[in-house]
Amino acid sequence: MTEAAVPTRIASAMKEAGLAAFVALVLAMPMVGLYTVDEGGVLVVRTRFDWVLIGVLVVFAGRLAMAYWPATLRIPARRDAAHVAADGHFNILKFLGIAAISLAVLLPVLPVTDRYVIDVATTVLIYVMLGWGLNIVVGLAGLLDLGYVAFYAVGAYSFALLARNFGLNFWECLPLAGALAALCGILLGFPVLRLRGDYLAIVTLGFGEMIRIVLINWQSFTGGPNGLTSIPRPSFFGLPFTRNPEEGETAFHQFFGLEFAPYHRLAFLYYLILALALVTNAFTMRIRRLPIGRAWEALREDEIACRALGINPTNTKLTAFAIGAMFGGFAGSFFAARQGFISPESFTFIESAMILAVVVLGGMGSQIGVVLAATLLVVLPELGREFAEFRMVLFGAAMIAIMIWRPHGLLARRDPSIVLPPARRGAA
Amino acid sequence: MEYFLQQAINGITLGAIYGLVAIGYTMVYGIIGMINFAHGEIYMIGAFVAVIAFSILAMFGIANVPLAILIVLAVAVIFTSAYGWTVERIAYRPLRGSFRLAPLISAIGMSIFLQNYVQVLQGARVKPLQPVVTGGLTIMRSDHFTVALSYIQILIILTTVVLMIGFSLLIARTALGRAQRACEQDLTMAALLGINVDRTISLTFVLGAGLAAVAGVMVTLYYGVVDFYIGFQAGLKAFAAAVLGGIGSLPGAMLGGLLIGLVEAFWAAYFTVEYKDLATFAILILVLIFRPTGLLGRPDVEKV
Repeated sequence: MTEAAVPTRIASAMKEAGLAAFVALVLAMPMVGLYTVDEGGVLVVRTRFDWVLIGVLVVFAGRLAMAYWPATLRIPARRDAAHVAADGHFNILKFLGIAAISLAVLLPVLPVTDRYVIDVATTVLIYVMLGWGLNIVVGLAGLLDLGYVAFYAVGAYSFALLARNFGLNFWECLPLAGALAALCGILLGFPVLRLRGDYLAIVTLGFGEMIRIVLINWQSFTGGPNGLTSIPRPSFFGLPFTRNPEEGETAFHQFFGLEFAPYHRLAFLYYLILALALVTNAFTMRIRRLPIGRAWEALREDEIACRALGINPTNTKLTAFAIGAMFGGFAGSFFAARQGFISPESFTFIESAMILAVVVLGGMGSQIGVVLAATLLVVLPELGREFAEFRMVLFGAAMIAIMIWRPHGLLARRDPSIVLPPARRGAA
Repeated sequence: MEYFLQQAINGITLGAIYGLVAIGYTMVYGIIGMINFAHGEIYMIGAFVAVIAFSILAMFGIANVPLAILIVLAVAVIFTSAYGWTVERIAYRPLRGSFRLAPLISAIGMSIFLQNYVQVLQGARVKPLQPVVTGGLTIMRSDHFTVALSYIQILIILTTVVLMIGFSLLIARTALGRAQRACEQDLTMAALLGINVDRTISLTFVLGAGLAAVAGVMVTLYYGVVDFYIGFQAGLKAFAAAVLGGIGSLPGAMLGGLLIGLVEAFWAAYFTVEYKDLATFAILILVLIFRPTGLLGRPDVEKV
């Protein structure tokens, strides 16, 4: 680098930063600098220009640093998914996967684990399971579903209503809830799967909203905005997790001769969702090798070619949609069983967006990426509890930042479904 | 009959507001093929700027209503457009040419960000604004029902009509409009022919945000209450309107907006208020099933 180049680089960086600061000033002036307070029915404007000044200075400094920093340091060289050396990478991911599962299995018995940790971990696993379920639809079949929460809601309400009205237990309800969610998927998917990708997105979004509106307004059936309470908790093969079981029942702690502890139920719920999530994962990994799984991925890549090969696109998409919905329903049942209380509040669009974000941030089609993204998206707001009201602002900003930093997701690598044997690949 | 007429007037007013927001969706989708999820929030910001501007004017005691509205419109359009420009620059431009879902997720992130940003800075409570435009005309009067057309409704409908005409001329006649249409057909080719694609896309976002700001001002005047959450519902319906009319088509966006507004008004009037949103989405789904390109959309040919 020559002597003259340095000042010009500083100068241009200063110019960029000045421009950014000016834009920040314009943006911050009305929304940060001024705010209204309701005083006896009349809005009074207050000022807060010191905040504007801080904001503008931060933007100036940030932009200056970004513009001045050598570009090579900032952006790691992007590796194309196809060019990653297959073998070495495979082993690392496999190792990571095994490590993650071992950690997950051991978590409840680790000394550092308390109720709070197990609670957060359970939430993470719900998102992992939802992410894996949605991954079938979005990652494998390439269908953009913005209303996945609808199936989650169907599963949750199915369980709650069946358990409350017919006295079925969790294990009887689980398959029913899955089947009902899958049925909803088929009913919705049948007419709309002929549509192109983006329209499908918007129709599923509309469907998600429709389900929520029905849940809020069909008071007599769903309990309306108040939701449903006193949903029975799942039992350990018929052994309830209560301190004083009813007449003729044996509680979990009595059966195993343990001291009663509420922690038992939390740990049990944790293992339950872990098992459900792992089943989802195993199912996905296996079905990718079946003709139907291959057809999904083929459809994602090229629909016209698939038609030419005699694959019925509508039916193929429909199965993906229904199976994805089924796992959403399972997760919903679990959610209802864990909370013991559900209301339409839990099934808003933002929830759909979260699940989709888990899939896309993780790297579409990547199973371990989903785990990583779910952990990140659940733990980040938890860590941000001190920032209280600012945490959703930071959450939104983090989503944008991750997307710009890694547009293909955190683990942007898709296992090829079919790999040629090494010898033949060398010959080719 | 009187009741029907009244609902039609209400529906058209509502539809005009949806239509203005829908244009922003349809233009962005037409050119870069992405759903600008944050557009509803842009509209919400427009409404908030309007509330702040009206409050300031009230503090200075500017009582001339037309002047006040003009000032507020100008202020809201300028500041909201700045937000539109920035959103594109920060969240979408770095992802242009990336795979299809990346800008969508970034847009959802932006939507969450803006919604909470406004909530934190302006408060979560509903902002009630003193009525600015009052009074109206009585069109028809019968024994038990009066059909009224308020001045604010006239203002909304007139503004929308004027903006639509101006906008159609802008797209049809000006250099910017030609550049936009060229970009809509083929971004690469447009760039090769010397069109500044980045600038055209930026301006598209600015224009869309400007229209959303006008809609935000209008809705503030119409309902008199604003909160940080209005952007989501309105954005969803406006997008539904854009899809209904045929995405990428400006008259389609307006038509879709009107239809959605009318459906909502009539459903609320004759059936149940609670299920009006359900009716909107049901009609959207029905139209898409039987006419996947929307009412005025061009059928797009899938090429190998």
